[in-house]
Amino acid sequence: MSRIRRPSLRVNTLLPMATFACFIALWYLYATFNYDNPVQRRNALPYPHEIITDGFMPVTDKVNGLRPILGYMWPTVKVTILGLSIAITLGIALAVLMNLSRSVERALFPYAVVLQTVPILAITPLLTQLFGEELGVRLVVTVLIAIFPVITNTLFGLQSTDQMHHDLFTLSHVSRRTRLWCLELPSALPSLMTGIRIASGSAVIGSVVADFFFVKGEKGIGYYIRTRQQKSIERPEMFAGTITASIFGVLMFLLVGWVTTRAIRDWYDKD
Amino acid sequence: MHPIADEMSDSALRMTNISLTFADGTQALDDVNLNIQSGEFVTIVGPSGCGKSTLLRLASGLLAQTQGLCDVDRTSLGYVFQDPTLLPWRTVRRNVELNAELAGMDKPSRQKAANAAIELVNLTGNEDKYPKQLSGGMKMRCSLARSLVLQPNLFLFDEPFAALDEITREHLNDELLHLFQNQHFASLFITHSIQEAVFLSTRVLVMSARPGRIIAEHAVDFPYPRHPDIRYQSDFAEICGKISADLKVAHS
Repeated sequence: MSRIRRPSLRVNTLLPMATFACFIALWYLYATFNYDNPVQRRNALPYPHEIITDGFMPVTDKVNGLRPILGYMWPTVKVTILGLSIAITLGIALAVLMNLSRSVERALFPYAVVLQTVPILAITPLLTQLFGEELGVRLVVTVLIAIFPVITNTLFGLQSTDQMHHDLFTLSHVSRRTRLWCLELPSALPSLMTGIRIASGSAVIGSVVADFFFVKGEKGIGYYIRTRQQKSIERPEMFAGTITASIFGVLMFLLVGWVTTRAIRDWYDKD
Repeated sequence: MHPIADEMSDSALRMTNISLTFADGTQALDDVNLNIQSGEFVTIVGPSGCGKSTLLRLASGLLAQTQGLCDVDRTSLGYVFQDPTLLPWRTVRRNVELNAELAGMDKPSRQKAANAAIELVNLTGNEDKYPKQLSGGMKMRCSLARSLVLQPNLFLFDEPFAALDEITREHLNDELLHLFQNQHFASLFITHSIQEAVFLSTRVLVMSARPGRIIAEHAVDFPYPRHPDIRYQSDFAEICGKISADLKVAHS
């Protein structure tokens, strides 16, 4: 007897929750042995509940509730969205340029790879000199990190255009521009969308990382995290900041994923 | 004006001493001579890889011959590929409009022409569907309609129905003959199926294994319109038998 076994909804939700519970339990175990020990305390993890009480909802004479974290989050959101938009526009433009001629591709593509692999930390002084230490340089770092998946996926999409479709257009004696607009770009859309989805996650990392290296201008959540990793008393705030940044990353990924899937779902046939 | 326009007036495609050798030295075609008059339906059968498709690509201008002359009006050419080659992001209507759009026809005229073509291939009611929602036969009809929009004088068919099941294929053969009679285009059709070739054509040419040459020619005299059941007549079987015998020679 053959039956397709599909995990039930209960298994789908219960299993990840069980993993999470184990993870939290291990965390408590670790904190019990280390956090309460004054010698170990400096490098230890706080208790998970402290992240909520002291990190997310601190109540002191100076700060109250989520406001400080959200206040630092807003510039990060702005840099991420602006940086991602620039990365998408510039990435598509570069891929189109590389698709126009083999020599342009040969000339530019290696440097696209370099962009992806160069450690940002190493070129911080250079970036400071070129772009200052404020919004501009934060955008540059975000674009540097997010642009590669846009370029590669768009280029791959443009170059995978069906040969018979190309023949069809050749028979109509179309211009290079018509071929690009009416054939290559639409063909590249599914893979371009994948590139944008990957880039949306990278853009969040880029904008957070930029705060670690550049300290002037409007400071984002990265600054909040960085300045709270020194003292153990502020450790819950550091984790709260990190978790907020991660949640933002996941939300960006889901939102962009939703938009990109909608854009092509009418016609795109995954096979 | 073409210098020998008068002489050529009812020739839709004329190939004279055509040879083609690829850059890697493979000789694909060897001294092919072919003349298709308007109103003719000519089919080429031959072993796989004999250069049949190459001949079509050459006629359409997608490839250039290394020797010989190819006389054809490339502004009035319909090309139906092995695959339906529909653009997946366009609906049936927008796919059918494509060739007209690329030719620069204005929107109202091409919409009108597209509607007429959709009706000719019996796709009315499916205008707003995307290719992924169509069956193999419907996709092929859509592909046919796309070429019909510009009302070409000559149709080139590159094994268009090879991937379809037998019933759909016979059905589309009937519909194609119907179009052939009503739209008055000349056809150069390529297939592996002898039955299909005989059913459709006024003339069947047999091509040899590579390098491709035309080694035999059979006139098929059944009058149009052809009833689907002529496939089971003895004289139909007789012609099929002769072509089959020639194909055996072609393979060797």
